[in-house]
This record gives sequence, structure tokens and C-alpha cells, in this order.
Amino acid sequence: MSDATLTAPASGGTPKVSRVSEAIIRIAGNSQDGIQAIGGFLARLAGRSEQEVMTHMTIPATISGGPSIFQVRIGSGEVLSSGDEADVLLAFYQHSYEGHINSLKKGGIVLYDSDHVEPKPEWQKDYHHVGVPISGLTVEAIGGTAKDKGKNIYALGLVAKMFDLNIPKLEKLIGERFTSKDPSILNNALAAFHAGYSHSLGSVIETFAFVESQKKGRPQVVMNGNEAMGYGLIAAGVRFGAGYPITPWSDIMELLRRELPKYGGSFIQCEDEIASISMAIGGSYGGRVAVTGSSGPGISLKTEALGWAVMAEIPLVIVDIQRGGPSTGMPTNVEQSDLNIACFGGHGDSPRVVIAPADVEDCFYSAIEAVNIARKYSVPVILLSDQAIATRIEAFAEPNLETICQDISPDLTPVASHKPYDLSAADGVTQHLAPGTRIEDGVYPIATGLEHDEYGHPTGSPKLHSQMNAKRRKKLQTLAASLPTPNIYGPAEGNVLLVGWGSTQGPIKEAVDRARATGDSVSSIHIRHINPLPPGLENIFAGFNHVLVVEMNDEGLYGYGQLGGVLRACFGDKKIRGITKTDGLTFKVKEIVEKARANVATGLRKL
Amino acid sequence: MSSSLTDIPVRGGNITAVPANSPLERKGLTKKEIAADHPTWCPGCGDFSVLALYFKLIEKRKLWHEKITTVAGIGCSSRFPYFVQAHGVHYIHGRALPFASGISLSRPDLHLFVFGGDGDAFSIGGNHFTHTARKNIKMTYVVMDNWVYGLTKKQTSPTSPLGFKSKTDIGGATDQPINPMKQAIAAGATFVARTTHSNPNHVLQMMEAAMDHDGFSFIECLSECVEFYEGAFDASNPRKGGVFNTVPADHDVTDELAAYKLSGEAFPGKFGIFYKATRATKNANEAKVVAAAREKTASLKDWEILQKSFDRLK
Ligand SMILES: Cc1ncc(C[n+]2csc(CCOP(=O)(O)OP(=O)(O)O)c2C)c(N)n1
Ligand code: SF4
Ligand SMILES: [Mg+2]
Repeated sequence: MSDATLTAPASGGTPKVSRVSEAIIRIAGNSQDGIQAIGGFLARLAGRSEQEVMTHMTIPATISGGPSIFQVRIGSGEVLSSGDEADVLLAFYQHSYEGHINSLKKGGIVLYDSDHVEPKPEWQKDYHHVGVPISGLTVEAIGGTAKDKGKNIYALGLVAKMFDLNIPKLEKLIGERFTSKDPSILNNALAAFHAGYSHSLGSVIETFAFVESQKKGRPQVVMNGNEAMGYGLIAAGVRFGAGYPITPWSDIMELLRRELPKYGGSFIQCEDEIASISMAIGGSYGGRVAVTGSSGPGISLKTEALGWAVMAEIPLVIVDIQRGGPSTGMPTNVEQSDLNIACFGGHGDSPRVVIAPADVEDCFYSAIEAVNIARKYSVPVILLSDQAIATRIEAFAEPNLETICQDISPDLTPVASHKPYDLSAADGVTQHLAPGTRIEDGVYPIATGLEHDEYGHPTGSPKLHSQMNAKRRKKLQTLAASLPTPNIYGPAEGNVLLVGWGSTQGPIKEAVDRARATGDSVSSIHIRHINPLPPGLENIFAGFNHVLVVEMNDEGLYGYGQLGGVLRACFGDKKIRGITKTDGLTFKVKEIVEKARANVATGLRKL
Repeated sequence: MSSSLTDIPVRGGNITAVPANSPLERKGLTKKEIAADHPTWCPGCGDFSVLALYFKLIEKRKLWHEKITTVAGIGCSSRFPYFVQAHGVHYIHGRALPFASGISLSRPDLHLFVFGGDGDAFSIGGNHFTHTARKNIKMTYVVMDNWVYGLTKKQTSPTSPLGFKSKTDIGGATDQPINPMKQAIAAGATFVARTTHSNPNHVLQMMEAAMDHDGFSFIECLSECVEFYEGAFDASNPRKGGVFNTVPADHDVTDELAAYKLSGEAFPGKFGIFYKATRATKNANEAKVVAAAREKTASLKDWEILQKSFDRLK
């Protein structure tokens, strides 16, 4: 709530209404209380109100539930991250209250369930405390003994009141969510909501109203990164895939399993990740780019087959939703530690493409880009997403599906002759020919993992091995030359350049804004094409004294993270250093700024 | 082509544009047309005869060049696709079945044959064998069982008999060997047959029956490795003083227990179809899921289907 500070409560009379351009609301409770649902309602409401929104949540790794938070940041202007400090903390339990009061900004409001929370006197002077017996009043409103059911919706009513939210739109959203045949379920939900909404918050605090969003007439869709990626693959024309369940990749697999049949396609659950990638490559070999994916250990299992697809030059899309590693690691936490395996995993020289989407919207478009690169260059493409982007909800401009959706059915038109690995092909780029295609000269191709001649037949020729390695490399160099140079956020020359990739784009940009606001000389770039890298980076780096690569992975044996290592190898430039961490949490804006300050001994200001 | 392939509702984009395949329209391919590289196998290797009979099958059943897809893993036997002049895949060790499944489930218009060795099938690929069988994915799988690792030069294989002296068991193998027939029946394969390279007519018979089966059809074909396990199958070869006994005429191929019993007979045992069942294929089950979903979407363009999903995400 940058515009309005939460000043001392108006004494008596009607509470003051402040107009705000954004708000950060943190909901803390247990995962089984439906706190994700409150956040989801708020996010969708923002999307329908043409506001920007970003959410962030933590889920307990245990199956039976446990402490969990859902943070929503809603803004009438641009929202880059889910925010460092909350304006409002909604706390359901004592542990939620005590565990999250620190994430509330000084002067913020803590709205707590007074049936469960005993407020601490020492915190009363720093935060406005508003106690509402949420549990009890929910039971009063909807009756019954199911006292834990519905209190999330009651709390949503309180939040709606506090922020003067659009009630008809929220009622509609609630109606869309509770679609059970039993009308009493929806009626109960609406009763709880209205009870919360009409509960008097008293005169202790002011209430808020969002200023009108500047973005007029842009319909938005609201979804998380995994949904955006799944739908992106469908828009790209993917109709077949295979996978094995693992968090947080499973959502995409479940979405494709559910959705693809509507388009005449299917997604197969396999016995393991090796079978999954093999089946997907088989599908791709059949003539239409197919998809597989995984997280963590599942990615390790796929590497032998991935190398085959590189060698045999079969297009494929592999989704990697990164989580904390190595091994089973931190299944429900975020990390960006799969960059190395994505770019280099496997034996031998096996160049492949790696694209890392930067936000939820980008998950949609990256999926389409991945499919098209895979087809054009006959190469596997890895979509390197992560747990944070996969589970956070954002609103983005609705894509024009009629123009975006593509048909990538195989072309089975007979050809006169075909060399699958034609060495005379310009830039090494050859296309896979689907089985079922008649070849008039009667010479048919073999797709193979053995080093081969131009028809795919095995060879031990040292010359052919060098030539084929060069072919597989050259086509990616050709792709690299066609990639756009990343835009610089901030001036093109200065003291410090922050370099990011993947889900950290928002916090990094916000860190730049914050540092520049206090006079520091900081800019940033965000790299989407991880392998091959886009052209022009060296020029960009030349404009800065320090290049700091911000990533959620370990600093490594030599002191910089995984992308940092690649950039060092590429440019041999000692000014490239890293800002890394592995606490399993997304970067806070404050953290980036502080670490950058600590990293540059002379300070961030231009020398 | 087997009728079952055309029975599978074709789905997805212009795969439907593939013309219905009539075997009568063209004459069968000659051996010259279907043979590619000269096989690199050792002279006398049993795999030669399996290849020759595959050619015969293609010729006899008038399969179209471009519609044959041959897939293999890694091993001597798995070199197979290089020797066949048709679309082919030489994949990685042990994973030919899931690869072929990807083709089978997305390209119902192709004849799909998978060839491989005993190590490929029952050691590194053991789990895939089980799951492809239980899912009953339409394809024919011929395991050229030589009871040894040929390509890597004489290590113990999962089908090596007890006492077999190999480079990894110099004192003789001690691990209980896998019985491929039992394995296939227990896993839920719907066509399970046994043959041997030394009886060409029988091999062809089994291949034809397997190809005509709508489902996962498995053939264990004994195929002698003359280099590392010479004489392994002499007891099944009348020309070497052995006996070749076919499955008794009164054997009920739908009787799982009887099939299991047949599988347990001491070598050389019986040859022929041990087990054959009718069970919905994965291909058909998936087609059903698609047909149910398409009832609501068939009249829409793809982007309109996606638009409906997006409309719910507002
Ligand atoms: C992942 C992997 N591990 C090991 C090998 C080495 N290897 C190649 S073939 C083979 C065994 C082949 O035996 P079998 O499948 O029985 O085929 P055969 O050569 O006897 O026909 C092995 C171990 C490999 N290619 N890949
Ligand atoms: S090593 Fe054995 S299996 Fe391999 S080609 Fe020679 S005889 Fe055949
Ligand atoms: Mg063998």
C-alpha cells in the first residue's frame, strides 16, 4: 500500500477510507483450512478487475497438511513480485500470528481469529490489531458442527469489507467455485461470506479502496505457471505426451491428461521417467512434437534418452519444474539448481535448447516457442521452470487464441528421396521425416543413437563423427544468432548490472527500482534463452563495472552460481560474480538489494 | 495389414488423412527391396534367420514399405532395423518398448515391430516389458533369446541357465534365470508364443499370428549365439539330434494356468502359441476416452476448445 500509510486509527466516527494503488495480503493458517481458496478468489477478482496480481504460497511437504501461507499482491499498476512485507496479515492460529507478524510491515493490520489467537501486548504498538471471532461467527452464520469449514469464506467477507471489493463479482466467483448439485453448499458459502462482509470492523481502522486500474479494456486470464505452460503446449499443437508423477510437475501432467482428449490427443502415465521420455520421443518420432516432463530426480532419469534425441535429431519438449535438490531434496521448495543438468546433463557432447520462462504469462508463450524451435531445428528443448512460478497465480492479457493456436500435424506427403542427417544442409538444420511417409527412391532412414552416416547407418568413421558433432552444434549456433538480445532494464551504462533468469525477474526489477530510487546505479537484464545464449551479452556487460548474476542455487566450488559459471566460461570476464542462495524461498527484493550492496565493496553508486 | 489397425479409430489432426491401407493395391515387396545393409552378425548367428523371416512376412502380407516401422534397443539382435529397408529406430538399451508405445499410441496407421535380445527385454528393460504387456499396447515384440549377452561378449544374461560359464560367472551362473513365457503371461500379455530360429516355417507362422493379434503380441524366439553360446538350443533342433515339439492340439490358448504350466516344461519344451486372450488394448481404451471427450468438442475448432478453458480462468 505504497500510496497510503496506515496512520493512526481515526478516533470515533466512521473509519476513514483511503485510496490505495496496491495491497499485499498475507493469509496464514493451515493448508486444510482453504486459505489457498481465499487467495485464489482474490487473485481472480483482481484479474477480472483489470488489476495486476501476483501470489505466492508455501505448502507443507507433509500430506496431512500443516502451516501454510498464501500471499496476494494486488495492484492497479504493475506488480512485479508477491512483495516483501504485507500490509495486512490474516492469522487463523497462534502459530500463524507469531510466525508471520515479522512479515507484516510496521503499522500494518493484523486481522486475527480471536477464538484461536491471543494477541501479544508488546506487538500492539507496532501493528493494528483487529480481533474477530472468525470460527465462532462462522458457526453462527452457517450452523452445523463443521466449524472449520467455511471460515475461510467468512474471512474473505472481512477482507472484502476492508478493501471495499466488488461484491457481485466475488459472489459470482464463489458461485463458479461451488458447483455441487447440492445447493446448500453454495448457500452456506454465500451465507458465510455475507456474514463476514457485514461484520462491523468497528472504528479501529480505516478501510481501503483501490484506485481504478489504468489498464482499460484488456480482458485478463488468471492462472498459475503450470496451467499456463500446459495450455501453452496445447496451443502449440502438442497432442501427445507421457509422464510419471512428481511434485511440482504433476499438475501439468494432470492437466494434459484431462485436457488433451478434448483435442483428440492423449497423455500417458508411464511406469517411470525413462519410459515417459521414451514414449514421448516415440510420439515425436511419429511426426508431431510430444512432451514429457518431471522435477528433481525424474530429470536425472531422463538424461540418457535425452542424449538419444539429440543424437537422432528428434524434436521433443521436456518440462523441468525445478525444486530443491539434489536427490529427493526439498520437494515443495523452489530452487534454480537444474540449469547445469538442463544445459549439459548426459554423456558426450549433446547440444540441446533450454528456455527459462520469466513469469506466468511467459510460461504460456515459452511453451509455444519451445515447440517451434524443437520442430525447426529437430532438437530437444527443455522448458526450465521452477516451483515458484509453477504455483504462483498471475493475471495476464488474454492471448488471441484464434491466431496463436497452431496445427503441427505431421506432413506425410511422399518425397523423392530423404537423407535424415544430410551434411550439406545449410547450417546443419535437417528435418525429421515421419514414418508413414513414402520415399520414392526406396531408401528409408534410421533414427539412431549410434554415430551415423547421412542415412542414419552406423559408422566408425572419425571424420563423420566430427562432421556430425559439428552439424548438431552448428544448428544451435544458427538458432543463437536468431535470438533477440535481452532488453536492459534501466540505463545501458552504469555501475552494477544484475543478471537474472527464470522466476526471479519480478523481484530483480523491483530491486533495480528500489536501488535507483535511492540514487544507486543499477540496471538489470533477464535471460530467457539459457542454451544457447542470445547474442549481444558481451556488449551489455561492457557497459557496467560489476555483473552480478542473481540465482537460487549454491555459489558452487568456485564462488558463483550455475548461470554465473556459464557466463564466466563464455566471456572469461572476472567482473561476473554471483548473488546466490539456497534457502528454498523466493528472493525478496530487500535481499537482492542488500546482497548487491554487500557484494560491491565500493557501493552501488556509480564511481 | 491386420484388420485391427484400421479398427482403431484414427485420431488427431491430419493423421486421419492417411489413406486406408488396402493390401491388394500393390504387389508385395521383394527381398531385394526390403533388405538394407548386409547384416553385421557373425556367420551362422541365429538372428539371420529371424531377419529372413521378417522379410518373408513383409513380402507375403504385402506390407507397404513406408508403413512398416521397426524398432529395437541395443544388442546384437537389436541391430535389426539397419538391415530392413523401412522406417526404423535404433533406440537405447532396454527402452525400445516405451519408444514403440509412443508410436503405437499416436500412429495407429503403422505396422509396428520391435526386436531385441534377452538382456534388453528382461534385464534393463524388464519393467517396461511388464508395463507394456499389462497395458496391452498394440505392437509385435520378438525377443531373440540367446541366453547370453552377445554384443558385450559373453556375460551372464537374465535367461542364462544355472551353471552357464560366462565372463561374469566364471564358475557358472547361480542366479535363477527368468522364464520369458511365464514373465509374459504373468504380466498380462495377450499373445504369448514361443519359436526357434532353426524352424523357419514355424517362425513365420508365429510372426503372422502375432501381427494379426490386436494387442501386445510377444514371441520368444530362440536364436543361437554361435560365438558365445554355441549349441545352446541343440536339444530343440532335430538336425542336431534334438526334438521340436509343438503345443499339443488340445491345449486351450485362453487357459492362463495351462499356458503357465506349458511354460514350466523342461527344455526344449513346446513351441507355438501358449496363450492368447482378448482384452481391450491401451490404444482402444485411449480412443474411448478421446471419443467421450470429443462428443462435446468435435464441432469446435481447437482454439475454440481452448477458449472455453480460458473463459473459466477469468
Ligand atoms: C545403458 C546401457 N548399459 C549397458 C550397455 C551395454 N550393452 C549393450 S548390449 C548389452 C547386452 C546385450 O544383450 P542382449 O540384450 O541379450 O542382446 P544380444 O547382444 O545378446 O542380442 C549391453 C549390456 C548399453 N548399451 N547401454
Ligand atoms: S556375438 Fe552371438 S549374437 Fe552376436 S552376432 Fe555373433 S553370434 Fe550373433
Ligand atoms: Mg542375448
